Amino acid sequence: MTFGTKRDCTQKIMRTVLLVSALTSVLIVVLIFVFTAGRAAPAFHEIGIWKMVSDTTWRPGSGEFGILAMIAGSGIVTLGAVLLGVPLALGSAVFLAEIAPEWIAGAVRPSIELLAGIPSVVYGLFGMAVIVPMVRTIPAPGNAGYGVLSASVVLAVMILPTVTSISELAIRSVPAGYREGSLALGATKWETVRRVLIPAAKPGIVSAVILGLGRALGETVAMIMVIGNSAILPAASTGNPLSIFLSRARTLTGNIAVEISYATGVHESALFATGVVLFVLIMLINSSAALLLKKGVR
Amino acid sequence: MNRRKLSQNAAFSLFWAAGIMSVLIMAVVVGYVLVKGLPGISFDFFTTSPRGGLSGEGGIYSTIVTTFYLVVVTLAFAIPPGVGAAVYFSEYSGSTVGSLTGKLVNLARFGVDTLAGVPSIVFGLFGYAVFVTAMNLGFSILSASMAGACLIIPVIIRTTEDALESVPSGYREGSLALGANRWETTWKVVLPAAFRGISTGILLSAGRIVSETAIFFVTLGGSYRVPHSLMSGGRTMALHVYYLAMETRAFDRAMSTAAVLVGLVVVMNLGINTITGRITGKQR
Amino acid sequence: MKKRIAGFVTLSAAVLFTGACGEQGADETVEITVVGSTTVQPLAECLGEAWEAIDPGVLITVSGGGSSVGVNSASEQTADIGMASREIKDSEIQNCPEIVVHTIARDGIAIVVHPDLAVDGITMEQARKIFAGEITDWSEAGGTPGTIFVVVREEGSGTRAAFEEIVMEDDIIIDSAILQPSNGAVRTSVASTPGSIAFISFGYLDSTTKPVAVNGALPTTENVNSGAYPIVRPLNMVTFGEPEGAVADWLEFIKGEDGQAVVAAEGYLPL
Repeated sequence: MTFGTKRDCTQKIMRTVLLVSALTSVLIVVLIFVFTAGRAAPAFHEIGIWKMVSDTTWRPGSGEFGILAMIAGSGIVTLGAVLLGVPLALGSAVFLAEIAPEWIAGAVRPSIELLAGIPSVVYGLFGMAVIVPMVRTIPAPGNAGYGVLSASVVLAVMILPTVTSISELAIRSVPAGYREGSLALGATKWETVRRVLIPAAKPGIVSAVILGLGRALGETVAMIMVIGNSAILPAASTGNPLSIFLSRARTLTGNIAVEISYATGVHESALFATGVVLFVLIMLINSSAALLLKKGVR
Repeated sequence: MNRRKLSQNAAFSLFWAAGIMSVLIMAVVVGYVLVKGLPGISFDFFTTSPRGGLSGEGGIYSTIVTTFYLVVVTLAFAIPPGVGAAVYFSEYSGSTVGSLTGKLVNLARFGVDTLAGVPSIVFGLFGYAVFVTAMNLGFSILSASMAGACLIIPVIIRTTEDALESVPSGYREGSLALGANRWETTWKVVLPAAFRGISTGILLSAGRIVSETAIFFVTLGGSYRVPHSLMSGGRTMALHVYYLAMETRAFDRAMSTAAVLVGLVVVMNLGINTITGRITGKQR
Repeated sequence: MKKRIAGFVTLSAAVLFTGACGEQGADETVEITVVGSTTVQPLAECLGEAWEAIDPGVLITVSGGGSSVGVNSASEQTADIGMASREIKDSEIQNCPEIVVHTIARDGIAIVVHPDLAVDGITMEQARKIFAGEITDWSEAGGTPGTIFVVVREEGSGTRAAFEEIVMEDDIIIDSAILQPSNGAVRTSVASTPGSIAFISFGYLDSTTKPVAVNGALPTTENVNSGAYPIVRPLNMVTFGEPEGAVADWLEFIKGEDGQAVVAAEGYLPL
């Protein structure tokens, strides 16, 4: 009998220990939020939250801490990455899920997955050495190669594996009956893909794109190395609105990484505030992805 | 009919192009780094430490040691809560729907999802604010590994949970029917059966630490000495690439170090694929 | 599984334990921790290597973090020595009156341009206007027509602070300048961007960029010593109180003849 109670006792203790482990993540999230927000509080207090996020001038030396330029910078780089990377990723996903013979898919899939494992500093290095000089050859006033386009190209490659694999999964998890039904009704394979599979997999695909977006927004080191880091609102330099992509910019992540080592006082606090804004933005984006995924699974 | 066939051919050739393009991109990135980096790699490159300040001379010995040390300590911090959480989610949370514990489980799930999305520079800020300055641990392996653990805990939880869920329920039922309780079943039957899957997750997390730069940039200090205790600062290989590219004249050595990193990633991916037996079918 | 988990626990405990011991029982080698400015970091690394060759009982660990982190670390005694590539601010001295500043070298700040550019010298006035964005084409600064790309360091960097103080007076560096977070990255940008101009520490001068004369004086040690070259700043190390023991020995070495020879060899200016 004593043996029995001892077993029950271990069982109960372990249950509690495991529950506590399960709650560790919550604890970490709370700690992160409390500490970054705590360190950001002086900046929010002295400058005002609204003024920080609506002002475009960032000049810590003269006490101006507007981060709108960086919000815009992160936004446009991410937009560029999505425009360049998502079509390719979706194409690859459909290719892997529906078109490629199994032996080819078996070789292509790990090749794309490999991209996910490459350190971001290596992408930055590649960007500096290859992408920036290529972009520099585009004739436009003020184009030095460093800027939004280079950053977007690098990011597009970085989000490619995430978006591809989640989209492929979404397409594959469409019930086989849909596919068979469509084919049985005389649709071609392409019509089935376009009219049946993609619409059915849409929530999964959208959430893949949003997750890619979150990854793009959070990228730091590769961005610093190729974007030029100017704290200005990106703007078109010629009549062609596309030239906005040749503008230099700074991302929220870059703002933190570039200046944190030298900052003191309000300046340091304003960088923590940048972190809070980034954190909130990404949380919003990821939770919308999670909602969509739930809807998709039903 | 012909037009439909034609449009199918056109569309499918685009998809083929997308697939080929993706592989090409991978080949160009990896190929470029290897072609530029491999010529600078010799036996000495692995056995000597960086030196010479600005000129960025020397090899990468101390950065390999730091990377290894950091990976081990980070995993030591992250595996117990990570695996523990996954076990709870997979083995214990089923019977709690609706109760107070059920609410805690939902909260815990929300925590994991949020943590998985936090950008690494925010972990860096957190580590810098809490471990480096507030707790006065300075730039050290200890500070860096605690910040790094936050990054990989969600990865470990997710992969472990997948591994546990792929253990057939018959195993659990058999064990319970033989009189073992839930914990004994988990410990003696389910965990061993899921061992392969769990190791995959751990290898994946180790890869994340090897690749990470932003967190360690603000928590590890960047000294290129061989670390001798948990309180030593250091420089991982990824951080070394950043320092070489940004602070020294040795861009070629940055490429060589990057080539070593890429090689390591390829090997780790092969390792993961071998462990999982490349069960692509499982994903379907 | 059980054994493996137990193994991990033991390993982490062992690691923690050795960590704790390493702090107290440093009986054989004395470690000097140096933290701060990334500009001083490579120089400190070389000075450390040189001193370790003379006194093998010392291990000198140099970390980055930036000038402010350097001064803070010395003030809070989390490092033996803080490095700063700028003057120590009054606020920092007020915050911690015990800190002692040791100037270990001087550093000139050179103005460099892309090597293909046909400009050999500019005036302080032109430099100020170029970096303020008032002059945007090389034709206005003695060159052939072409866009000027200004490359600068981030706010708070010692190099930038010194440059602003000496060159910019009350003007503000243009916001749209390409900004790089380190001297090395600035140099890489200039070397690869035609039409670019930047300021970098003397220690980073090499054939990949072209230094230009300022007010007729090229950035050389002789011109700095004669007072002809205007942009110079001190490189500092900071200690909490007067240094003692190994730290004092090393600082002595740095300020002495041999240490200053290392300073000169690395491209910086001896005291």
